[in-house]
Amino acid sequence: MLNRKQLNSHPKLNFMFSSPKMLSFSSNVKRVLFIFCMIFFSSFISAETPELNTETGKKFNAGEMILEHVQDAHSWHLTGHFSVPLPMILKTDKGFEFFSSSVFLNEEHEQTEIYLSPISGYRFKLFHEHLKIVTENGEIDEPAMKSSGLLDFSITKNVFSLLFGSALMCWIFISVASTYRRRSGKSPKGLQSLIEPLIIFVRDDIAKTSIGPKYLRYMPFLLTVFFFIWINNLLGLIPFIPGGANLTGSISVTLVLAALTFIITLISSNGHYWRHIFAMPGVPVGVLFILTPIEILGLFLRPFVLMVRLFANITAGHIIAMAFYSLIFIFGEMNAGAGFGVSIVSLAFTIFMFVMELLVAFLQAYVFTLLSAMYFGSAVEEGHHAEESNAH
Amino acid sequence: MKFFLLDIPLVQPEYGLMFWMLVTFLTVLFLLKKFAWGPILNMLKEREDLIEDSLNRAAKAKEEIKDLQNTNEKMLQEARAERDNLLKEAREAKESIINEAKNKAKTEADRLITGARDQINTEKMAAITELKNQIAVLSIEIAEKIVRENLSSDEAQKKLAANYVNELKLN
Repeated sequence: MLNRKQLNSHPKLNFMFSSPKMLSFSSNVKRVLFIFCMIFFSSFISAETPELNTETGKKFNAGEMILEHVQDAHSWHLTGHFSVPLPMILKTDKGFEFFSSSVFLNEEHEQTEIYLSPISGYRFKLFHEHLKIVTENGEIDEPAMKSSGLLDFSITKNVFSLLFGSALMCWIFISVASTYRRRSGKSPKGLQSLIEPLIIFVRDDIAKTSIGPKYLRYMPFLLTVFFFIWINNLLGLIPFIPGGANLTGSISVTLVLAALTFIITLISSNGHYWRHIFAMPGVPVGVLFILTPIEILGLFLRPFVLMVRLFANITAGHIIAMAFYSLIFIFGEMNAGAGFGVSIVSLAFTIFMFVMELLVAFLQAYVFTLLSAMYFGSAVEEGHHAEESNAH
Repeated sequence: MKFFLLDIPLVQPEYGLMFWMLVTFLTVLFLLKKFAWGPILNMLKEREDLIEDSLNRAAKAKEEIKDLQNTNEKMLQEARAERDNLLKEAREAKESIINEAKNKAKTEADRLITGARDQINTEKMAAITELKNQIAVLSIEIAEKIVRENLSSDEAQKKLAANYVNELKLN
């Protein structure tokens, strides 16, 4: 038994940089090249921002730039004046509307234009990527906003990234599953051998240990959550299209994930679970008045913490990486030489941060999955009443 | 009154993204459950069962081989004991045969010797009788000769006749 655990733990420990193939020389070179490409492209993208600003006479604002990167957008900014417009999908009291986000662009390629919809007759304008109905002179038309019941289901940068990541996931795992079917009874090969240790890791070290005998019911959710978070974290680290969106660092996404965990916990909870919340066995009644509110609070706090942890970790990673870049331009504005000097230090730090983020990408996927599994485990746990009455 | 943190747009969930996230995630979950996780987990389980089964069977085979070896060893020992037994029996048989033969030979020899001795005795007695007879004959012949010599004169014949007559009277 022990032997088998050790065998399993081996690929698990190293899998990130490890499978023997990945350790080969050419792969190492490729990875280094890949990182340098990323850094090159990222600096390229970032380099355009201050240029644009100097043209319009504005000073480089690091905070604005970082927040712009970290938040969702209605178009995908690539470089300089060039960005990919994304589809807008709106629902008003006049029905659905579809148009491109490029209608908001002015000659300077800034999203400042007002769009008069030929279908509904409303005037739309983006305020910091938030769609609003405006009057003729560009002010927010509150009454119209209320009466139109405006809903914005646009394919934003994050939604696009979400769809891309999900398609990628489906492709990877369905093709791996077909490899399993084709090579039934044989040892894993190719992508299958990269994925298999991870699946076994989720099954044996997360699901089995945290949930117990009923683990199989939760495996699809746990595996999907694990790979969803991990793959999208990694995609978020790629600084050019279709990566680079801060999807797993967006609170809407983590909220949905945490809510699903919460709902599944509630659905699978048994009497034993609720007894522990409302009337912890063996605790005096007086203490219960303090304990029960805490337990009820904890019930909601757990998914809340899940939501915040993933959001904060990923967003912080993006912010720090961008902050190091911004240093180059902050110093570059003072003096070109200083900017160049700082850029070396900045790049070194960014590479360090990038490697850190690779680790965090996996770690956060692991933590989210593990905690979800533990909550499911506590929900389905069967009480040992005889032991309990003695133990408490 | 608002919390300071909640004013930052970064921490405000957007229903649009939440909607897409929910729809996409549930779709992915459903698709992967049906087409990926189910088959993969089944295959993994099958393979693990196969490996465990094979290991168990290997252990069982090992056990069987051990049993077989034990049986062989036992059979070998039995065979060895049997052989020893047979050898012992053969040795005993040999000894008894030899002894028997010896005894038989001895008795035969004894019998022969006794026979021979008897015959010798008989022969001896016959010889002695023969000898006696011969001696008697010879004596008579000798006596005859002597007598013939002595009785060549009439006087001597008369004297002898007188002697015999005397003797006869005595008898």
